[in-house]
Amino acid sequence: MIPAAFDYVRAGSADEAVALVAEHGEDAKFLAGGMSLLPLMKLRLATPTVVIDVGRVRDLSYIRDDGDHVAVGALTRHRDLETSDLLGEQCGVLRAVAAQVGDNQVRHRGTIGGSVAHGDPASDLPAALLALDATFVVRGPGGERLVAAHDFFRGFLETALAPDELLTEIRVRKTGPGGFGFEKFNRRAQDYAIVGAVAARIDGTTNVALVNMGPTPLRAHAVENALAQGADAATAAREAAMGTEPPGDLNASPEYRMHLAQVLVGRALARASAG
Amino acid sequence: MSEAMRIGMTVNGAEQRHDAEPRTLLVQYLRDACGLTGTKIGCDTSSCGACTVLVDGESVKSCTMLAAQADGAAVTTIEGLAAGGEWHPVQQAFHEKHGLQCGYCTAGMVMAAVSLLEEIPEPTERDVREGLEGNLCRCTGYHNIVQAVLAAAETLQGSGR
Repeated sequence: MIPAAFDYVRAGSADEAVALVAEHGEDAKFLAGGMSLLPLMKLRLATPTVVIDVGRVRDLSYIRDDGDHVAVGALTRHRDLETSDLLGEQCGVLRAVAAQVGDNQVRHRGTIGGSVAHGDPASDLPAALLALDATFVVRGPGGERLVAAHDFFRGFLETALAPDELLTEIRVRKTGPGGFGFEKFNRRAQDYAIVGAVAARIDGTTNVALVNMGPTPLRAHAVENALAQGADAATAAREAAMGTEPPGDLNASPEYRMHLAQVLVGRALARASAG
Repeated sequence: MSEAMRIGMTVNGAEQRHDAEPRTLLVQYLRDACGLTGTKIGCDTSSCGACTVLVDGESVKSCTMLAAQADGAAVTTIEGLAAGGEWHPVQQAFHEKHGLQCGYCTAGMVMAAVSLLEEIPEPTERDVREGLEGNLCRCTGYHNIVQAVLAAAETLQGSGR
């Protein structure tokens, strides 16, 4: 399988990438690691006429302690997240989730920004960042703006990014090394989650997000509310599928996904409260 | 068709420079332009790992990377592992432990194992099984592959490589 023909240009910096996309217009696509975009292009589900390769913009690859939050450059690879001591201490949940993305080969190439910008509800990192109340830094022709995670994921593979904007940084709260649970259910180790659940304790409250339970990553608000009202984890977990309309496919019916969500949220909450 | 571009990289220590369309995948570049057919195309969907090569020392699936993304990089394929007429310890271990049957996954499996042992020189069996989750083998049931990688780790530790 070979992608449809395209013109290839390489950006040396974030500013150059934004200038290039302004020049080439809506049919241009940014290419980071390519772990989401290239499979779509090979299936011809995506047919950009211009590919702007931002994979070499090294100044967007960093994990930095920025005082009240941790700043992660959009082109930081999953491999760099899963081996980061700083993340291990300051935001262990992000490190642990990154370690479960795809397989070694995918984590050597794939980037956090690419995963977020792709906005796949079956991907692990968007749901984790939603649970963490992350903030995304976006650069466009008019300068930078900040977008909260809960405003970012708009629909299936649809985000708040305008076609001429580049995601440059992800900011997450400091949640410490523990206090989280991540549960991912799939049939083969490397696959996307059939359903996944992230629970993260932040300043005394517990945030819960779901993978692959709808067209976007979702917060399990009913679970969070039940916990806030004093329900125990097992009781709260029964609310996990409340309000969701999960997809049905070869792997699972919507009903089975709703069952999985309850089981996995229950396990994630148990782990989050264990440490 | 978009215009061909000049793409160059070091493959197994030798300079390669070829004209290729931007949409050329790394695996096509290696097989068709460089003539190195040891790297296999299996699923072509980034699942099976048969096309695994090393780019700057790390395992990647070459069916899901543009050759243009590897422009200027150092690439190692299965043909580049043996040195001075001697198999690489991972190749030797796959031979001795019979870590293959039909052989189609083997090149990718060996390359993934080389990268894994670079990152985890003294792996547990679990490390090996998890580290090779990106490579599918439909013959062996993985048992001998895991034994081979564990044996290779011991050899590499002993030789100081």
